[in-house]
Amino acid sequence: MALLDYLLGQRRKSSANKAKDRLQILLAHERSHAKAPDYLPKMREEILAVIAKYVEIEEDNLKISLDEENGFEILELNLVLPEGKG
Amino acid sequence: MARVIVVTSGKGGVGKTTTSASFAAGLAQKGFKVAVIDFDVGLRNLDLIMGCERRVVYDFVNVVQGEASIKQALIKDKRVDNLFILAASQTRDKDALTQEGVGKVIEDLRADGFDYVICDSPAGIEKGAQLALFYADEAVVVTNPEVSSVRDSDRILGILQAKSKRAIEGDDPIVEHLVLTRYNPNRVQAGEMLAMEDVVELLNIKLLGVVPESEDVLQASNSGLPVILTEGVSASEAYKDIVDRFLGEDKPQRFLSVEHKSLFKKWFGK
Repeated sequence: MALLDYLLGQRRKSSANKAKDRLQILLAHERSHAKAPDYLPKMREEILAVIAKYVEIEEDNLKISLDEENGFEILELNLVLPEGKG
Repeated sequence: MARVIVVTSGKGGVGKTTTSASFAAGLAQKGFKVAVIDFDVGLRNLDLIMGCERRVVYDFVNVVQGEASIKQALIKDKRVDNLFILAASQTRDKDALTQEGVGKVIEDLRADGFDYVICDSPAGIEKGAQLALFYADEAVVVTNPEVSSVRDSDRILGILQAKSKRAIEGDDPIVEHLVLTRYNPNRVQAGEMLAMEDVVELLNIKLLGVVPESEDVLQASNSGLPVILTEGVSASEAYKDIVDRFLGEDKPQRFLSVEHKSLFKKWFGK
């Protein structure tokens, strides 16, 4: 039986490996969020309000992110306008 | 010049107070003058673990609020020379501590010639935990090889790097150390528990030591004795190694692999 368990264990991924994989993804995600400045959510809301004055957009269609590249901080705004309107 | 060391984890129940008590006792045994402060206002526990719960007259909040001097409030340990405990208040709430008040207590301890001030943080990431880490020069992050503990430790590392005095004032960053507690090499080998290497890789901090899961930790707390003072048990050995490594000694890591009991021990030992 021990041999059978061993062989089955090889095929199934160990729970410790699952834990590590899940944490790797989660921590990377949470670290990037933790670094984002506190004003980002509020700024996003205000920008949305301004845009909504002129075009009808879905809230989810505005993405804001702050990244660092080669020593420069890049504020990226990505807005998808609805189709067929304008 | 006193070094301020916070013992922190985010998650509760991982061994912060056990580690604070043993780490402080171990440093004092080496001849340093050590104060260990319980920051868990409202839920004090360090006095119990250190076995001085009946000797608390004044507490941390009394000192912060000017109702007692630091000398009146410090409880001298009866087993280890140079070891002093400052208990948390059991009756006040966490708002009784202020950043200035805590800073003043640390200044007083510096003036009194203490070498190390160990801050035993409460669980969580709220005010109490942030006050415990604010003045830290070094941090001992206590983690269990378990998903939620690793995640919470990562959060606390982020707070150490953003909200401590050193981070805000742009000084050299807090020196971070990992203490991995409740480690069970049998379960690691069976693939049921995160291995030391995995936790170190995930958190990306320097390992100070591994404390194996052990019945002796509960036994020590039952009798109010820091486990490091229990002779001849693995948890005590592990904490002694941790103190030695903290003081710069180069000691190989232990308690990482499954111990094979000798036939003799199997038959005649425990």
